[in-house]
Amino acid sequence: MATAKMNGANALLESLERQGVKHVFGILGGAILPVYDALCTHSGIRHILARHEQGAAHAADGYARASGRPGVCFATSGPGATNLVTGIANAYMDSSPIIALTGQVPSVAKNSSYMIGRDAFQEADIIGITTPITKYNCQLSSVAEIPKTISTAFYIATTGRPGPVLIDFPKNIQTDTANVEFTSHIDIRGYNPTITPHPLQIRKAAECLADAERPIILAGGGVISANAADELLTVAELLLAPVATTFMGKGAFPEIHPLSVGTIGMHGNPLANKLLLEADVMLAVGTRFSDRATGNLDTFCPEAKKIHIDIDAAEIGKNIDVDIPIVADAKKSLAAIYERLIKQAKRKPDNPWMKRLEEARAQLNPPNENKEFKPKSLLQTLRKLLPDSAIVTTEVGQNQMWAALYFKALKPRTFISSGGLGTMGFGFPAAIGAKTACPDRVVVDIAGDGSFIMTEQELACSVIEEIPVTVIVLNNGVLGMVAQWQRMFYKRRYIATKLGTYPDFVKLAESYGAQGFRVTTIPEFQKAVQIAIKSKVTTVIDVPISMEEDVVPMIPPGCGLNQQVGDY
Amino acid sequence: MENQNKKTTVIAALVENKPGVLHSVSNMFRRRGYNIESITVGHTEQKGVARMTITVSGDEKTLEQITKQMNKLIDVIKVNQLEPDAIVTRELALVKISVPDVKSRSDIINCVEVFRGRVVDVSPESLMVEITGTPDKVDAFLNLMRTYGIIELARTGLTALSRGVKSIRIDE
Repeated sequence: MATAKMNGANALLESLERQGVKHVFGILGGAILPVYDALCTHSGIRHILARHEQGAAHAADGYARASGRPGVCFATSGPGATNLVTGIANAYMDSSPIIALTGQVPSVAKNSSYMIGRDAFQEADIIGITTPITKYNCQLSSVAEIPKTISTAFYIATTGRPGPVLIDFPKNIQTDTANVEFTSHIDIRGYNPTITPHPLQIRKAAECLADAERPIILAGGGVISANAADELLTVAELLLAPVATTFMGKGAFPEIHPLSVGTIGMHGNPLANKLLLEADVMLAVGTRFSDRATGNLDTFCPEAKKIHIDIDAAEIGKNIDVDIPIVADAKKSLAAIYERLIKQAKRKPDNPWMKRLEEARAQLNPPNENKEFKPKSLLQTLRKLLPDSAIVTTEVGQNQMWAALYFKALKPRTFISSGGLGTMGFGFPAAIGAKTACPDRVVVDIAGDGSFIMTEQELACSVIEEIPVTVIVLNNGVLGMVAQWQRMFYKRRYIATKLGTYPDFVKLAESYGAQGFRVTTIPEFQKAVQIAIKSKVTTVIDVPISMEEDVVPMIPPGCGLNQQVGDY
Repeated sequence: MENQNKKTTVIAALVENKPGVLHSVSNMFRRRGYNIESITVGHTEQKGVARMTITVSGDEKTLEQITKQMNKLIDVIKVNQLEPDAIVTRELALVKISVPDVKSRSDIINCVEVFRGRVVDVSPESLMVEITGTPDKVDAFLNLMRTYGIIELARTGLTALSRGVKSIRIDE
């Protein structure tokens, strides 16, 4: 076991290096200056300077979702720390493993009121503030405990149901010196996620699925975080069960597979919503049955037998009652179900349920011959232009729902979006994070004008740090989703949704040293995307669209999956 | 409707004895809209471990969620819903009662004896009484004392242990 005398800042960076951290997103300030000073001598860690701490947190989140490795962000005390809050809450809602490290005013300061608890300059109780939005948080109180605390933080963030962990680092501990012992030993008696499924529950689930006439699989984000997409595919093909995903599960199953029916929910694919309601057995994996996914719970598959696999026991029975709960890792559970099912008689491909699937697909997902300059054909065109491995992030609102409906995700970790918190401004910094994690892949942010301007300052980060991504701004000059609700449910009384024609996104891009295009036809769009994804500099493609364009189909709020209106 | 299914339950939890744990537990209750009727915290026989005794009310489903959500907190080591029929519950109250005259003083002291309380402080116009028992018993005593006038009251909230040799322990 290695022991060395060093200060807290170096102990922290050494610990991060031992966790394999190569990138940190952040912004410095007085209370975290010793850590930044120590970065000068830790060349193994690349620091990427965000232009707002929210951007740093989202970038860490995008990094984590794209790579499966935890993303790390730094901020100073007070406003630096509070600016991380939206990013941390976002990661918490979507179970993304990020490690946030915040500077804090000193815990002890001789002859000075500049210390914790005295309302010092740039002091904020970030532990208190982030308690409800972190999986775990703690404040360091000695140099010696740093290695163990960091190991613990990474372990908690990445195991079980992943989530953000915040570590608050008082300035005096950063500069104190001590003999530091590096250990990988972790001992958390209050935390022991159940990984292995209970054999009896697996048997029950397999029997239930084998007896099903109309089985359906609902895959959530948990399938992606558990890296269980391969297991999902084998179970689906063996069962001949259609696979719907939640919004967060998009990418867990290739959306061009004959068994794929798309996403469920408020703006889900009608095929998914319809077949889910017709199923007699539902195998739900790694989903929390969010309100946007289920619609009105009273009409959410009341007849279907429900099997629910989740690593978080608290998700079982939280929103819906289930018949066969399985608290375990999704990958292990699906593999175990497959092992049991393979012994059963194989299903015939020409069974009535498969016929129903094809009939419903022809009716509800007819092929789109339309080449209008509208979101649907733009996103279908984009899919054809991007390699299968390309990573797409989205902002929040209409752009996001159009992407969910019409941009087919083919692989896990290639569709990254703010599902739970619905954070406008997430997509662009998340794209920077994803590109940092996967520099050889194409990364595109499908954006709206309202969302993009919320974190547009990160153009400076992406240009100067040379992390080129493509931003496609579906520019309707309004806060489109809210305007749609005003149009549909508030008698077209528009208030505060109009954004107008500024900024000029081409000039905006250029002012940051990025590349800007404006396109008004599909061929122009194709050309711009082709240039952008090969470019060594970040590109913003301004795509003016009508402000009256609605996202349909839609389930009006309060209604059930059976009350979807509008065509796909 | 919902209220009819509500029941009061005592949850006992072993938690890490360190700063912030009470905050994270109470924060979780507040955030998820669960109501704490009382909460007591103290050291246990095991080093570094504190015990929280929380009285909550809710329907079956809510109580199950409370237990699960508590279990999710990293610094909460173990959570148990105590069986209402197999526990001993106690609460301690210190109550300062006004004593208008000599007759009242002896009446109050008689009551205290009946309730197996103790007089712990005496002044010309007041008595302080320590009373321990189930919350019902404490309530009954306090109701009697209201006739004389309660000057000040401090209740600890409920604490509880299950009967018999069974215990909540951390598996080593």
